[in-house]
Amino acid sequence: MLTILFDGVAYGMLLFILACGLTVTLGLMNFINLAHGAFAMAGGYVTVVMMNRYGISFYWCLPAAFVVTAIVGLVLERTLYQWLYRADHLDQVLFSIGLVFMAVAGADYFMGGQQQLINLPPELSGRMDVGGVGIGRYRLFTIVVCAILALVLQLILSKTRFGCRLRAAVDDRRVAMGLGINVPLVFALTFAFGSGLAGLGGAMGAEILGLDPNFPLKFMIYFLIVVSVGGTSTVSGPFLAAMLLGIADVAGKYYVPAIGPFVIYALMIIMLILRPDGLFSRGSGR
Amino acid sequence: MTMVQQEALVSRQSSDAAAEGRAVRLMKRRSRIRIYEIVIWLAAVAAYFLLPSKMLILTEIAILALFAVSLDLVLGFAGIVSLGHAAFFGVGAYAAGLLALHYTAEPVIGLFVAALVAGLLGFLTSFLILRGSDLTRLMTTLGIGLMMAEVANQMAWLTGGADGLSGFSLNPILGLFEFDLYGKTGYLYCLAVLFVGMMIMRRIAFSPFGLSLKAIKSNPMRAGMISVPARKRVVVVYTIAAMFAGIAGALLAQTTSFVSPDVLAFHRSADVLMVLTIGGTGYLYGGVFGAVLFTLVKDALSVVTPQYWMFWIGLILVVLVLIGRERLNRWAAYLPERLSGKEREQ
Amino acid sequence: MIKGMLVGLAGLAMTMSATFSAAAEDVVKVGLILPMTGPFASTGRQVSAGAKAYMAAKGDMVAGKKIELVIRDDGGVADQTRRLAQELVVNDGAKVLAGFGLTPLAMAVAPVSTQAKIPTVVMAAGTAAITKASPFITRTSGTLPQYSVPVGTWASQNGIKKVVTLVSDYGPGIDAEKWFTKEFKSKGGEVVEAVRVPLQNPDFAPFLQRVRDAKPDAVFVFLPSGVGSLFMKQFADRGLSDAGIKLIATGDVTDDDILNSMGKPAIGTITGHFYATSHESPENKAYVEAFRKDNAGMRPNFMSVGGYDGMALIYNALEKSKGDATGPAFMAAVKGLSWTSPRGPVSIDPDTRDIVQNIYIREVKDVGGELQNVEFQTFANLKDPEKAEAK
Repeated sequence: MLTILFDGVAYGMLLFILACGLTVTLGLMNFINLAHGAFAMAGGYVTVVMMNRYGISFYWCLPAAFVVTAIVGLVLERTLYQWLYRADHLDQVLFSIGLVFMAVAGADYFMGGQQQLINLPPELSGRMDVGGVGIGRYRLFTIVVCAILALVLQLILSKTRFGCRLRAAVDDRRVAMGLGINVPLVFALTFAFGSGLAGLGGAMGAEILGLDPNFPLKFMIYFLIVVSVGGTSTVSGPFLAAMLLGIADVAGKYYVPAIGPFVIYALMIIMLILRPDGLFSRGSGR
Repeated sequence: MTMVQQEALVSRQSSDAAAEGRAVRLMKRRSRIRIYEIVIWLAAVAAYFLLPSKMLILTEIAILALFAVSLDLVLGFAGIVSLGHAAFFGVGAYAAGLLALHYTAEPVIGLFVAALVAGLLGFLTSFLILRGSDLTRLMTTLGIGLMMAEVANQMAWLTGGADGLSGFSLNPILGLFEFDLYGKTGYLYCLAVLFVGMMIMRRIAFSPFGLSLKAIKSNPMRAGMISVPARKRVVVVYTIAAMFAGIAGALLAQTTSFVSPDVLAFHRSADVLMVLTIGGTGYLYGGVFGAVLFTLVKDALSVVTPQYWMFWIGLILVVLVLIGRERLNRWAAYLPERLSGKEREQ
Repeated sequence: MIKGMLVGLAGLAMTMSATFSAAAEDVVKVGLILPMTGPFASTGRQVSAGAKAYMAAKGDMVAGKKIELVIRDDGGVADQTRRLAQELVVNDGAKVLAGFGLTPLAMAVAPVSTQAKIPTVVMAAGTAAITKASPFITRTSGTLPQYSVPVGTWASQNGIKKVVTLVSDYGPGIDAEKWFTKEFKSKGGEVVEAVRVPLQNPDFAPFLQRVRDAKPDAVFVFLPSGVGSLFMKQFADRGLSDAGIKLIATGDVTDDDILNSMGKPAIGTITGHFYATSHESPENKAYVEAFRKDNAGMRPNFMSVGGYDGMALIYNALEKSKGDATGPAFMAAVKGLSWTSPRGPVSIDPDTRDIVQNIYIREVKDVGGELQNVEFQTFANLKDPEKAEAK
């Protein structure tokens, strides 16, 4: 029972890290970025290449995955994304699906179509027994890292000057510019940060979720579920949503395997009917 | 009553009458059959004689076109971005397949049954998309689509699960025309259904009803103020669109005499959205143009590079959006009195 | 508008002219339809590489005919497969159809094969029922019952009493579950729980926990190859092997293509399958060497050998029918064919047109720094049990 809860929390945490970058782009910048999974995949491949080809330690790969994808995100934001902030949602959907297709085919071309596997350092593999509860070491590691990240993210948004500027820029772009905030710069940095988080999530998720060229398509749905259920205006909303989905998914599959696959979709639809603007919506702010 | 009052009344009446006359003229002008439509249908029939070896891909285009046009009712007229339209397509396909397997192999009855079943699903799910933002709707439709796919996989006793539904063959259409290996009958059949479907949808779209949908799309609140029952209208149009998507699915099941679970897959919903946007939304024929272009490009690319054609499709999409769909579709605005072109001017 | 039409027509004309070019009398075109994109792209890659390897080794002439391979991508979507098959037959004049990565893809083509009397060689898909769908279908891969049953036999002979089965929740998975359970129970074993995992499943944790809680001696697994490797890691991570639960599986799970990257957790896994890269025979040695040279060091797996033997079957049948590739003559030649494949001796069952072959029980071992499926027991000349039983 507790083991299942633990697994669910770990899974939820992972979903959160993968999706919270999307929360930033979608919620704060109002951009439906279906290509978010492509950034996660990029992070995963960075890790795989570094570990398997060059034998670099897993712990170094994680920040590297973050940095590399953040740079990729920054470049793409400056060259492509920024032109579409004002475009309608349909354009954004099409554009980002196009990017996903390119990423999928590109990954297939460069890395091959097979599952990529990484070998974790020994201290992270295996599991330990704590008071009768089996705890996977890697899952524990995931939970700790993700929890810290969630906290940091919340602090950045609510306490720092940058977070303040970002929120201002989102609330009213023109007034923010009038106040001397460099809105494009804020957006670009935010986008890069969100992509970086996705990359980190992809790197961490490679062990549990697997990694192949179809990653962005396979998991796009999960990210979207987290963000849309959690609402897009806070960090805590998606966080709780991810936890809820993670636990419900794992528990559903454990206790009622026959309908396991429906649980996550059904939950999403029910949540959306009850709270169309997300768990903790800020009201009709926009 | 003073003279002045009387005069005012008369002039108001006459201006009312004039306004009504203008409205009637406008509606008539809108629903007039345009030259390019005739050209399209002639070209489609001509293709039958000119391209005998391309029947199958033409059939696929016709089916995709019907599917895309049905999405246009939802997206282009009612303004609902749906990523789960394949749910209706797939349900229609399964309905037609199961009917042929267990009851009757008459294709035309299959179409009606498919429309009925898909329409019912559309009606029931339409209540879920009445609320929320673009994203919420996107997710709800997506969720419904995914659930249907999972249902089809789980109910293996009925649908054949992941192995698909096979082992049925169709009778000749109306007892007259048999499906042949070259797909000639299949093409004409799909074309005929597409034609009838288009005419019906055209009638719906260019009626006052269709106009009220556009009003809802551009501003639901204002539409409500001029007493357009927005929710009811959306339910109706969503149901109708679902019916036609179901018919498209039935056509696929009947021409291939096989239903695989990927009729419900996510990529089908994404594809049809793409097709529609390539062709342009809000004037029905966009679905047709999009289907022709998309299928040809995809086919040509997958012959040239079987493994990586997806990359080029992606690139085309990205470029398309960056250039701007508006600019790309502008050529269509030069057509005489195209609906959306006119509206933008007003 | 008119411009649009012209562009469309030009496109049609272009694709048309490409298809009218060939089809001379002494060319036998083989239409190879495979998923080259999408989630099953690795199947397409392996099978096509295997087929090409055969042609590279044996040349492209047989019985006075030139063999031409036409590869098409169906992306793993059944109606595409069907359309491509029909087009290959009608427009390109393909005489033989081959490939088919998944069961529904093969099933969708069956009506075409029957209607046009086109010999159809299934090179990968593994559900037993496929060859029943049309009298013109034959197969060079294997069926899931065929290699699930020996695993059951082996388990019952080696002190395994209680088993939990864990399979992907779709046709082949259910096939594997059913036939393993049947064999294992008839030999006195007990299946305490049957777990089915949805195909789209990112995390195995809850299912593995179920297995662990049931405390069996072993867990029998069938999963499609890519997902299998992921499973393997989580299996080890959850400490199931430490809890004394053995992992027995069909060979899909320890797919040679990715086995080496699975690392330590895979060692000791017992699987049953028809081909291992490490199979000891001169034919296989030559095959593996040639394959690796042409495919940047990629390991040939069971799918590639399905493609290789598919071409072998086409060559041998044409040899026997003196170059006659029409449906009835070709199929008559196919029945009872036998040859030595890299996987060992194989033949085609004249009654069912399905392959008869050896199934090997293997263990994953570290051989000179690389993980290999090492064969240690052979069940010779097995037919597909489902069709054998139906008779």
